[in-house]
Amino acid sequence: MDYFAQQLINGLVLGSIYGLIAIGYTMVYGIVGMINFAHGDIFMIGGFIALITFLILVSFGLTAIPLILLVVLLVSMAITALYGWTVERIAYRPLRHSFRLAPMLSAIGMSFVLTNYSQVAQGARVKPVPPIITGGYTLHEGAEGFIVQLSNIQIIVVVTTVVLLALFTWLVSSTRLGRDMRACEQDQTMAALLGVDVDRTISMTFVIGAALAAVAGMMYLLYYGLVDFFMGFVAGIKAFTAAVLGGIGSLPGAMLGGLLIGLIETLWSAYFSVEYKDVAAFSILIVVLIFLPTGLLGRPEVEKV
Amino acid sequence: MTATPAAQTSRTPGAAFILKKSLISALVALVLFSLMIGIRTEAGPDGQLTYWTRFGDLAVMVAAVFGGSILIELLRQWWGPVDAGKVMPAPVQNALSLAGRLLPPALLVFTFLVPVLFYDERYILDLAILVLTYVMLGWGLNVVVGLAGLLDLGYVAFYAVGAYSYALLATNFGLSFWICLPLAGILAAFWGVLLGFPVLRLRGDYLAIVTLAFGEIIRLVLINWQTLTGGPNGVTGIPRPTLFGIPLTPADDGLAALLGIEFSPTHRIVFLFYIILALALLTNWVTIRLRRLPIGRAWEALREDEVACRALGINTTTTKLTAFATGAMFGGLAGAFFATRQGFISPESFTFHESALVLAIVVLGGMGSQLGVALAALTMIGGFELFRGLDQYRMLVFGMAMVLLMIWRPRGLVGHRAPTVFLARKEAISSDLVKEGHG
Repeated sequence: MDYFAQQLINGLVLGSIYGLIAIGYTMVYGIVGMINFAHGDIFMIGGFIALITFLILVSFGLTAIPLILLVVLLVSMAITALYGWTVERIAYRPLRHSFRLAPMLSAIGMSFVLTNYSQVAQGARVKPVPPIITGGYTLHEGAEGFIVQLSNIQIIVVVTTVVLLALFTWLVSSTRLGRDMRACEQDQTMAALLGVDVDRTISMTFVIGAALAAVAGMMYLLYYGLVDFFMGFVAGIKAFTAAVLGGIGSLPGAMLGGLLIGLIETLWSAYFSVEYKDVAAFSILIVVLIFLPTGLLGRPEVEKV
Repeated sequence: MTATPAAQTSRTPGAAFILKKSLISALVALVLFSLMIGIRTEAGPDGQLTYWTRFGDLAVMVAAVFGGSILIELLRQWWGPVDAGKVMPAPVQNALSLAGRLLPPALLVFTFLVPVLFYDERYILDLAILVLTYVMLGWGLNVVVGLAGLLDLGYVAFYAVGAYSYALLATNFGLSFWICLPLAGILAAFWGVLLGFPVLRLRGDYLAIVTLAFGEIIRLVLINWQTLTGGPNGVTGIPRPTLFGIPLTPADDGLAALLGIEFSPTHRIVFLFYIILALALLTNWVTIRLRRLPIGRAWEALREDEVACRALGINTTTTKLTAFATGAMFGGLAGAFFATRQGFISPESFTFHESALVLAIVVLGGMGSQLGVALAALTMIGGFELFRGLDQYRMLVFGMAMVLLMIWRPRGLVGHRAPTVFLARKEAISSDLVKEGHG
């Protein structure tokens, strides 16, 4: 039971990270109707930028951990958001009215560009960081000496996710930008006729998605203590799985899907085999799409000729 | 017509505008590259991270972006709105269509002569075999993507199934290449149907992502099922193909000894070249023939509109499954060839990157055009080889080329996906008949 509780905690933390990435997928899919294949790599770039900012700050002699974390968070969100904007501007905007496959292939190309750009710029080796946030709480000490622990970093990941999610829900439901985004999601032409700047709204969607992915990248760095140039691919597919599981286009769905995927992956690794954890995640994607194509919280799509 | 000059002057921006736009690009580039290129991190020997600055490289990159965007803006002005269709005079168009008709046979004859022309140049022969392998893969995937319009991002799974089928059958049971080749094709087709069943209800992007997941699952199983596949170490010692049971070795029972000529390793290369050429041409021939059968017509109808297709009474289940099975079979045959050519296979050869490469070939080839796919394979693989020296920049250039080609020619370099049959005359239908509620 203790072991299960511990895995539950770990799974929720991992799920929070997936959920943050999944929001980027689901927003873009909702508005533009394309899978932003490069989104996983945006997450990876966010991790790298967080790492580099952290190194610079430490080498300047900063020691206050909360201040460092705040600066790292803001810098990595800002720069990664610019990456998201640039990717949309270069690779997707010229293809917005092209045939269906074109933006998808362009996105795959962009994903290769970002992966290999990081490899060329920062080298192929895994970059480890020493644990920045240490300590934690012992929740329960079992009879066999198994300790259920909740570390500070796990608390930070979950709290940050919850805060961001609240902020983001507010943004979508109560601001001008959020209203524009929902309008574009329903009907771009009509939104444009009513004075919504569609191009700007779509750009902002990518920017917000990338900023959330940057947070996920930073959390990943803090939690696992490493980044490498290839981590975006698998994390990206799993986050996409999460978005689909929750119902693509639905924001709470993306978060719910992220948590479920995180839990399933952790529990699978804990009780079955670590080697096949990715297989389990991908199989879930297939099973969900077959039996529940609209996801848990998604709306069914009407098909027209 | 009087409005045209006014519209053009307003469309051609001045130098100040270009400068401003380029400055913005340079500024964006400065922020983007500031940390990723300006700072280089590396893990030291004791696991401690260190970093050093590379502001020189950063300055070069930003300057390159600045210069590049000025150049692009100037080119855009000079080029004007791209519209090649109306500027081409009739004689040029005629000459082009003649060249288009003569190109396939000329290319075929040239391909047949490649081993004769380049007999002494091992490198070119190897490259030609590689290009033909991708031509075959491209033609195979073309059935699924180009004809049936089903976006498959996991094609490499069937390539892997074919390669591992041959490798395992040959090393465990000692079966020969010519027995295993059809078996590999059948097994791959079987896997195609197996994948096809669950994804029958999916379309478009969802289908793409499921096939991608399927490809990754196959690769992960190949890596982790160590007792069967040897895991990451792969399968070694895969036997070479024989000519009617005669091996191409320097031994006494080898082909060279039987013919009484001196043995040369090039014989085997040439033999492999003709095998893959035959396989590729088989793929092409089968595809062309299938396009004339009802099933081929059904594929094209499915690509154009699935709902309309179903309304016309076409069984979309069998149509999709046959497309998957046919495409997968060719992938499997190519895989078996790959295994026998390399003599060694490992899961590393079957990554998502391969699927993306083959898909890029099909899309750049114009989705459905056989000649286009062949030319695109030649361009992509040939271009890839040109950058072999710049090892780590190769994939970067490949990704950029994919993005740029999509922006420049989203419908492919050559040809387009015209249906095989269509109404020769456009029929006008009164708008009262097509209003909602009238059908």
